[in-house]
Amino acid sequence: MHELSIAYALVETATQAANDSGARAVTVVRLRLGALSGVVQDALQFSYDIATQGTLLEGSRLEVEALPVIIHCDRCDRDVALPNIQLFCCPVCNAPSAKIVQGRELEIASLEIEDDNPTA
Amino acid sequence: MTTRLLEIRTGVLSKNDQLAATLRRRLQDAGILTLNFVSSPGSGKTAFLERTMRDMTTAGMRVAALVGDLETDNDAQRLARSGAQVKQIMTHGNCHLEADMICAHMADWDLSAIDYLFIENVGNLVCPSAYDLGEDLRVVLLSVTEGEDKPLKYPVMFHSADVAVITKLDLAEACECDLRLMRENILRVRPGMRIFEVSAKKGAGIQSYIDFTVEARNHRRI
Repeated sequence: MHELSIAYALVETATQAANDSGARAVTVVRLRLGALSGVVQDALQFSYDIATQGTLLEGSRLEVEALPVIIHCDRCDRDVALPNIQLFCCPVCNAPSAKIVQGRELEIASLEIEDDNPTA
Repeated sequence: MTTRLLEIRTGVLSKNDQLAATLRRRLQDAGILTLNFVSSPGSGKTAFLERTMRDMTTAGMRVAALVGDLETDNDAQRLARSGAQVKQIMTHGNCHLEADMICAHMADWDLSAIDYLFIENVGNLVCPSAYDLGEDLRVVLLSVTEGEDKPLKYPVMFHSADVAVITKLDLAEACECDLRLMRENILRVRPGMRIFEVSAKKGAGIQSYIDFTVEARNHRRI
């Protein structure tokens, strides 16, 4: 259960970005979460409410975009999504591949912030 | 008060990742090959490191280790018997090591006196996978007593590793472990992974693993 550590890191990263742009509060955090990130979405949601307490993010919503693993298949010469992460083989031709195109993401895509800037 | 969208596209663990990248450069510049050992508790990480560090030290190689545990410095005491520089990292409940712990615990080490740095992560097949420690290679250990399908149960960790070591080979027959199936399952989640089969107790497979490590340092490739 390292999702609480992840949630604190998330709050730190988001707070810095929000402060840099003069935000008074953060209302939404959008996260891209790959199937190989090692992070459990439910556990992260649970930890998020704890980690955001007393910060600019308190009361904000965490929106998670779950990303499946996509590998590059040399034989088919194209990128293909894996139906599960127990078998790193092309679902079309069965050729094994460890060339990850997507699936390791653990990144904040965007924030919705409130600020006093009327021109923004 | 206005609401607006801020595109940031920043890694959640970017602070750890940046620290790990800096550490990796520092260690590589000092000529050190760094390995991060991950596995479930009880898979034999410490026994494996005890054996390889003893053999490497005897052969004149300069080895150091950082050992992560929730509590106690028992593992560091065991590894220190090899004569190598060893330091315990006690995480006090934290389930994984992070790059800043590595930096803090080797701050007073003379890097020019080290050729190989072994980091024994906290025994846990889930959490350590997300944290880069500045290693050159991640080594996942799996003992013959754990069941052939463990790689399928923990695909994220097995996929994140560069090398797999099957340990406690001397118990394989008693446990009726199907080694062929175990290897197949590792390769299902990480096609092309280099796999070693070893017994720290009897010494089987240890030399070929050490040869691989030496080769990796010489060429810095898998």
